[in-house]
This record gives sequence, structure tokens and C-alpha cells, in this order.
Amino acid sequence: MSGGVEIGVRVVSIEQATPTVKRFSLAARDRSPLPVFSAGSHVVVAMDADDRRIKNPYSLIDRSADGSTYRIGVLRTPQSRGGSVFMHDRVEVGSELTITMPVNLFPLNRTGRKHLLIAGGIGVTPIYAMAEELARQSFAYEIHYAMRDAAHGAFADELVARHGDKVRLYRDDCQEVIAVDRILPHQPLGTHLYVCGPEGMIDAILKGGRAAGWPEENLHAERFLAPPGGSPFALTLAKAGITTEVRSDQSLLEAIEAAGVDAPFLCRGGACGQCETTVVSCDGELVHNDHFLSDEEKASGTKIMTCVSRLKGRELVLDL
Amino acid sequence: MLVSNIKSRPVYGGLKVDVAARRHLVAAEGEGALAVIDAFGAHPEALARTTLLYAAGGSAGEDHAARLAAFRPDDLFVMPSQPTLITRLNVILNTATMGTRLYAAGVEGFIGSVVAAGMAHGVDQASIRTEHRGSLARRVQCVHCKGMTENVTVSPVTCSHCGIPLLVRDHYSRRLGAFQGVSIDAETPGDVPPAEELYA
Ligand code: FES
Repeated sequence: MSGGVEIGVRVVSIEQATPTVKRFSLAARDRSPLPVFSAGSHVVVAMDADDRRIKNPYSLIDRSADGSTYRIGVLRTPQSRGGSVFMHDRVEVGSELTITMPVNLFPLNRTGRKHLLIAGGIGVTPIYAMAEELARQSFAYEIHYAMRDAAHGAFADELVARHGDKVRLYRDDCQEVIAVDRILPHQPLGTHLYVCGPEGMIDAILKGGRAAGWPEENLHAERFLAPPGGSPFALTLAKAGITTEVRSDQSLLEAIEAAGVDAPFLCRGGACGQCETTVVSCDGELVHNDHFLSDEEKASGTKIMTCVSRLKGRELVLDL
Repeated sequence: MLVSNIKSRPVYGGLKVDVAARRHLVAAEGEGALAVIDAFGAHPEALARTTLLYAAGGSAGEDHAARLAAFRPDDLFVMPSQPTLITRLNVILNTATMGTRLYAAGVEGFIGSVVAAGMAHGVDQASIRTEHRGSLARRVQCVHCKGMTENVTVSPVTCSHCGIPLLVRDHYSRRLGAFQGVSIDAETPGDVPPAEELYA
């Protein structure tokens, strides 16, 4: 089933954390406690815009002590398909949204003896939750958090207040960069690294890990891939016998859902593999934006990840 | 009498040198030395960054220490027994850094001890490179008295601690590096089938 059980929520408070980041507290509409989640989990938030339903994944920051609310952090990205802009401009205290049950694709490795948490920009949200959990369980950890400037560190003050000298902050405007070549080579055996942030930063950190001789098993990343928009195209779902259109501001998966077909997904960010779908035929070029399929699979043109990828062309026929 | 198809049976992927590693920490026992010679013979450049621990085989096989010394690894520790080797390994693991890759070659019980030592230091089991060489002898833990019996090649086997005849199962504990032995005549005491050579 797609995304599993859904929970109806209401926005109970909104903080403007930075000029571009808002934090939303969500409570169940029926006031029941929200499920406990493990650090690194995300939920998929469904937003009902005027003419369509947008679904975006957001990492959970925390759950209030009484279990009544979750917090998520949302960066306003104007060039996206509109989900974050909707959250910023249209959602107010009292607004109703729907979320999926938490899913964790970025868990802490509990056999590790030390944990290095590395965040860039809004990638700090899962890292924040992980740091809380590590502190609670008295694990050894370090936090490295890179931000554009002081005003854009959505969690800098809170992190320093809660984790003290375990936190290192890096400001782009002061030319401060996370020196992977100095940090990584000397970490004790049994250290795990977790990085979340912009694409280029993740790649640089992972590359630094490999250069320092770290095994893949100890390198963990979560990429925040917003599905890019593109030109509209025709979509046919062969099994369901439905033909519809994928709009320029819609993801393929959203268009499938809008046509009333329940397609599988978990991360909606091109990482988990859940939404892999067989391409029956296509008139045009597949634009693969995921991190799941191998290069050969992408080149073969027989598979597509519907959450982030689309077609540049006229018509796509899927085995759904 | 063999109880198989139990998933916990370990798989040994072979002693492949990870050229990305900054340091190679290699533990070998008995015929395991030959796996080290094969793997590192193909990567002589890695030897300058290699620490090698070796104990000659307890049961069978010749001593390969001289051949390993001729390899001129950065560091070579020839240890008198498997337990002393594991003690030395633990000392090295205590101060090792993330660029270190752990390797184990030899009989199953030995590989199990090396993997367990690595895991106790937080090393992910999937990143430990292993190769089985030499006898198929197993290290068996009696589930009744918890005593370990080394170099087991037959089943049933008599527990070297409490004396109960044990069926050697394929159920393997990674933490203990040992196979499980369970009483074979619990239902009808004294009804013990003849021992079969299974893991010679
Ligand atoms: S839903 Fe995870 S890859 Fe598409």
C-alpha cells in the first residue's frame, strides 16, 4: 500500500525560524497522541491546493513530551512544484493537513561507538532529532552544521544550547567549510557518519569518507530531493486503462494519485526504491532524477521512479 | 545427522584487499596464512600499511610464519595461540581509526572470534573480509552448560565441560563465534547415534 495509514492533523503553531524556514507544530485532529518515531524518520505531508494535491516528505524534528504534537521544518524553495511555497504562504494556525505514519530511511546505527552528524542548511532537521536521541542515550557524538550565514542557521542556537561544545558551526559567509580531510581520518573505529543537506555537500562528505578509508557500511546520507517540474506530457496507465496528463508543476506520482490509482511510495525523494515502475513504452526521453536505479537500468529505459522522475516528450505508458 | 538450511550459517566472501583502506589489520590462523599470501601477494603496495597477526594452526597444518615474515608487512605479530592473538587484536582495535579494514582467515571458529572482536569495537560485520581455510572444524557452545568445545569435527560430540552428547547445529552465534550444540538424547536418554565425521 502507498505510504500506509494516514493521520489527519491540524497546525497548532508556526515559528518563523529564519527568513526562509518555518517550523510547524502538528497535532492529530482527533487529539489522540501521535506515534513515537525513531530519529531520522520523515512523514509525507499532503496539502490540498486549489486544483491538486501536493505531497512532500519532511523530516520530523521532534515529538512533544506529551506526545500531542510533531514538529517539521520547511524551507521555502520557490523553484519547486509549489509544496514548500504552499506551506509558507497558505498554511496558517488551524489549517488541516494529512500526514503518513513516520517512516525511517535514515536510522542511527545502534552498534556504532561514535556518531558524526553533519548537516547543511535545512538538512539539519533529521540531524536535530538524531542528536537528541544520542544525547538521551549518552552515546559519543559530534555535530557539524553548515549554514549560509548566522541568520540562516535554523537550529544553530537550539543545537548549541542543548549540545554545547559537541556542536561546530560553519558559516558560508565567513568562508568556513567543514574540513572533511581533517575530521574524518582520525575518528575511532566504530564511528558512523550521517550527512543530510544539499547534493554537492553530501557528495563531498561521502567522497571525503571514502578517501579516508571508511567502509560504505559506516557512511549514511539522506538527500532532500525535491521532484523538479518540467514540461507537461500525456500519461497512460496500461492496467488501469486510464489516460491523463502530468502537469508541469506536478510529479508523475502525484498525477497517478490524482487519477485515482494507489501507487506505492515511501520517501518521495528518489532514494528508497519503493515507487519503481515498469515503463511499457514512451514517446520521448525519460528524465531520471533518482538515486536508486543503476546507470544501466536508467539507460535501459524500462524502469522509472515515479516520485522524482518524468518524461521530456509526448507520452509515457506505465505498467500500472 | 546434519541440521542444515539455517540462515545464521556464515558466508565467507574471500580475503579481498580493500585498496581504499588506509590500514589493513589482518588476523590469520593456520592455513589462513595462504589466503593472506594470495590476497596481499596481488597487492604488494598494501603491505607497507598492513599489520599482520598470525597463530599457527592448532590442529593440523604447517607453520607459515616464515613465509609471512618474508612478505615484510609493516608489522607482524606471531602469536603462540588463537586466544593470545585475539587479546593482541583487541589491544590494536582499541586505538584503531576508521580507515582500518579488518580481515580474518583460517578455520571457522577463529574467523568467528575475530569477527566478534571487531563487532565488539563497533565494526560493521559486513565490512570485515573473511576467508575460510583449513579444517572445517567448528567451535561449539553447549546450550546447556554454555561451555565451549573447540575443533569439533563430528556430530554428535560430547561436551568437553558437562559431558552431554550434543547434536551440532548449523545455528551460529556471531557474538560468540560458535555453533550451537543441543542435547541429542533428551527424549530417550542413552539413545545416541554414532558420531559422524562431518567437519573434518
Ligand atoms: S518513493 Fe522512494 S524512490 Fe520513489
